[in-house]
Amino acid sequence: MYMYYGITMVFFTVFWVCHIYIYINNMTLFIFYHVSYQNVTPFLCIIIALHSVEYHVLPCDICIINCILLLQVTVRDALNQAMDEELERDERVFLLGEEVAQYDGAYKVSRGLWKKYGDKRIIDTPITEMGFAGIAVGAAMAGLRPICEFMTFNFSMQAIDQVINSAAKTYYMSAGRQSVPIVFRGPNGASAGVAAQHSQCFAAWYGHCPGLKVVSPWSAEDARGLLKSAIRDDNPVVFLENELMYGVPFEMSEESQSKDFLIPIGKAKIERQGNHITVVSHSRMVSLCLDAAAVLAKEGIECEVINMRTIRPLDAEAIETSVMKTNHLITVEGGWPQFGVGGEILARIMEGPAFNYLDAPAVRVTGVDIPMPYAKILEDNSVPQIKDIIFSVKKTLNA
Amino acid sequence: MFPFTQKHKIAFNLKIYFPYPAICKACWQLTIISKIKLVVVSARTYADFTPQASFDIKKCDVHKLEEGPPLQAVLTREEGLQYYRTMQTMRRMELKSDQLYKQKIIRGFCHLYDGQEACAVGIEAGINLTDHLITAYRAHGYTLTRGGTVREIMAELTGRRGGIAKGKGGSMHMYTKHFYGGNGIVGAQVPLGAGVALACKYLGKNELCVCLYGDGAANQGQIFETYNMASLWKLPCIFICENNKYGMGTSVERAAASTDYFKRGDFIPGLRVDGMDVLCVREATKFAAEHCRSGKGPILMELQTYRYHGHSMSDPGISYRTREEIQEVRSKSDPISMLKDRMLSNNMASVEELKEIDVEVRKEIEDAAQFATTDPEPPLDDLCNHIFYNDPPMEVRGTNPWTKLKSVS
Repeated sequence: MYMYYGITMVFFTVFWVCHIYIYINNMTLFIFYHVSYQNVTPFLCIIIALHSVEYHVLPCDICIINCILLLQVTVRDALNQAMDEELERDERVFLLGEEVAQYDGAYKVSRGLWKKYGDKRIIDTPITEMGFAGIAVGAAMAGLRPICEFMTFNFSMQAIDQVINSAAKTYYMSAGRQSVPIVFRGPNGASAGVAAQHSQCFAAWYGHCPGLKVVSPWSAEDARGLLKSAIRDDNPVVFLENELMYGVPFEMSEESQSKDFLIPIGKAKIERQGNHITVVSHSRMVSLCLDAAAVLAKEGIECEVINMRTIRPLDAEAIETSVMKTNHLITVEGGWPQFGVGGEILARIMEGPAFNYLDAPAVRVTGVDIPMPYAKILEDNSVPQIKDIIFSVKKTLNA
Repeated sequence: MFPFTQKHKIAFNLKIYFPYPAICKACWQLTIISKIKLVVVSARTYADFTPQASFDIKKCDVHKLEEGPPLQAVLTREEGLQYYRTMQTMRRMELKSDQLYKQKIIRGFCHLYDGQEACAVGIEAGINLTDHLITAYRAHGYTLTRGGTVREIMAELTGRRGGIAKGKGGSMHMYTKHFYGGNGIVGAQVPLGAGVALACKYLGKNELCVCLYGDGAANQGQIFETYNMASLWKLPCIFICENNKYGMGTSVERAAASTDYFKRGDFIPGLRVDGMDVLCVREATKFAAEHCRSGKGPILMELQTYRYHGHSMSDPGISYRTREEIQEVRSKSDPISMLKDRMLSNNMASVEELKEIDVEVRKEIEDAAQFATTDPEPPLDDLCNHIFYNDPPMEVRGTNPWTKLKSVS
C-alpha cells in the first residue's frame, strides 16, 4: 500500500498546490492545501496515507488522484512554463529585472530559468527601473526580444517614460521604421497588506496609450496563452499579472499544454454563460464574479461573466453582443473608479449599438477611491467583495 | 607656346571657338587657348596636391586611463574633402532650415546643429556604418552622417510625405538604419543606447553603440543608472557628452556641481576632447571604439563644442551669452574653417576646389529645400497607420464615435 504512496510523492513534488479528492462513503471531499515549499508535500502524503487506511482508499484511487493532479497548474507555474518555452524557442528572447535570476524571482515566477539559461539570458538588474527599462527598450530596438520584469507595476511608474515615450510611440513616430518587440510584465493591483504605495492598479494608465497592448490574464490558461502571445508579438505589450493569483491552481486543458498554445490578444472570453446580466471583469476580480454568479444562480439570477483578458485593444464587440442578449451590464475591477477601465467600457456601450438594448444604466463596481490602507478590515473594504458584486447585480436588475 | 606637361586650370570661361592668347593663372605662361571647354574644370592633377599630411591635435584630458588618443592625426586628401563636404552640407542644411523656419514653412521644434559639425563628422569617421548611434533632439547632423539624405531630412522638417519618417516624426524623431533617433525626452536616449549595446554584445557581431547626450542631460539620474549597468555588464557603449556650454539657457556652471563631464562616469574611463576639431574627435572616437571592441566595457567622451544658434528656433541665443562670445568662437574655432585652413596650408586642396564643393553643396541644399517645400503633405489615410508592427489591419476611433479610421501596419 505504502509503495503507491511513495510514487505519489514523486508526482506531488512537481506541483505547488494539491487538490486531493478523497472518496469517502460515496461522498467527495475537496481538500485544498496551499503548499509554498516542496518539503511540505511528503508530510501531506503521509497524512493522506494515514487517512486512506482509515477511509479505505484503494491504490487505484491514488492513481486517479495523480491524473487529476497533473492537469492542475498554478498561474505562477503557467507563467514559468510559458517563459521557459519561449526562451527555448527563440534565441533572442531574454528576461531582465530585479531578482529574476539567482533569487528565482521575487515571487518565484522565474524559478529555475537562470539555472537553465544562464547569465546571458536571465539578467539580474540593480534597483534602477528607469535605467533597466530603457536598456530593455533599446535592446528591443536593436533586434532582441526582451521580457522586462517590474517587481510590481508600482515601480514601473519610475520607468513609465521609457514604456510610453520610448516604447509605445516609436513605431508611429518613425512611420514604421523602428519596431519595439518588448514585454513589460509583473504583478499589478492590490495585494495583501502592502499598503498604499504597493497596491495601485495600472490597467487604466497603460490602457490609455496608443501604441501599447495591455493584457490582464486571470487563469493559468490565460497566463500561459497570453504571455506566449505577448512574447511573440512584435509590439510593446504590458502584461499585468496579479500577486494574489500566482498560487491559485486552475485546470489546464490538453490543448493548453501545447508549446504553441496562443491566446489572441484583444479577445475576451465568456467564462460563464448567462441570460440576465453581463458582468465584465479582468484579472483577480473574475474569480469574485464567478463566485458571486454561483451565489446568484441559487436565487435564479444567471450572470454572464466575461473575462476581458485584454485591456487594450478592448474587445467591445464581445461585451456588446452579451449586453444585447442580457440587457444589463456591470463592470467589476480592482482599480480606482475615476477614468478607469469600467468608465471606458461604459462609454463604449453608450456610443455603440448595445445602448439601445440596456434596460437599466450600466454601472461600475470598482475599488474605493482612496489610497490603499493597511489594516485588514480597511483593506478588505477598499476593494470589491463578492457581496458588493451581488448587491450591484441585484440593484441593476431591480432598477 | 610653351609645351604643357600638365593640364592647367583655364583662367576664364569663354565660349569662343577661335584660338586666342591668354595667360594661364596657374603657371603664368602666355599661351594660346585653342580649345575652350564650356565648363570650368578644376583639372590640377593629383601630383600637385599633397596626398596626406600629419597634424598635431590637442591632447585629451584623461580620467582613469593610462594613456589617451594619439597626439597626431593623419589626414588624407580624400578624407579631408569628404569631411569638408559633409560638414559644409550640414552647415548649409541647418542654415537653410533656419531660413525656412523663419518663413514658417518649418514649425514646432527645430534644434540646429551648426557649430557642432566636427562632432558628428568626427564620430562617424571613427566608427563604421554597421555600428549603432543614438542621440537626443539636436539630431539633424547625425541623421545625415548615418545615411539620411538632405532631401529626406528637410522634407521631414517641413512635414511632407517624402520625409524620412513620412512627416510623422518631425525634427526630433528621425531614424535610419542603426540610428535610433532623434529622442525628445532629455536623457532617455542614454539607457536606450546602453540597451542597443547590450544587443550588440548579446548578438556577438563586434558592433558598438555610440550614445550621445548634452551637458544639460548629463545631470539626469537615468544616465548614472546607465553608467552603472553598462559598466557592470561591460557593454560596448561609447557615452559621448556634447558639451556646448549651455543646457538651453543655463550655462554649465549654473547647472552642474562638477563640469568635468568626462569624469562624471566615475568608474568609467573618460576623455575630454576638443569637439571643434574633426581630427581630434575622430582620433578620440577611434580610441574609444578600440576600447569598447576589446571588451573593456564602456568609455565616456566629453566633446567640448559650441552651437551658434540658440537652443532652438524660439531661442535667439543671446540672452544668456554675448554676441562677442559667439563671434569669437566663429572666428577662432569654427570647425569648417579649421579644416579648410589645414588643407589649404598643406596644399591638400585648392581654394577653387573647395569653392566648388561649396557651390555643389549649396545647390544640393537648394534642391532639397525646393523638394521639402513642394512635396505634398502626408495623406490623411496615413493618420492612423504605423500603430503596431506586423499586425492585421484594425480600426481606430476618430474624434467622435461615428468616425472609425483604418489603421494598417
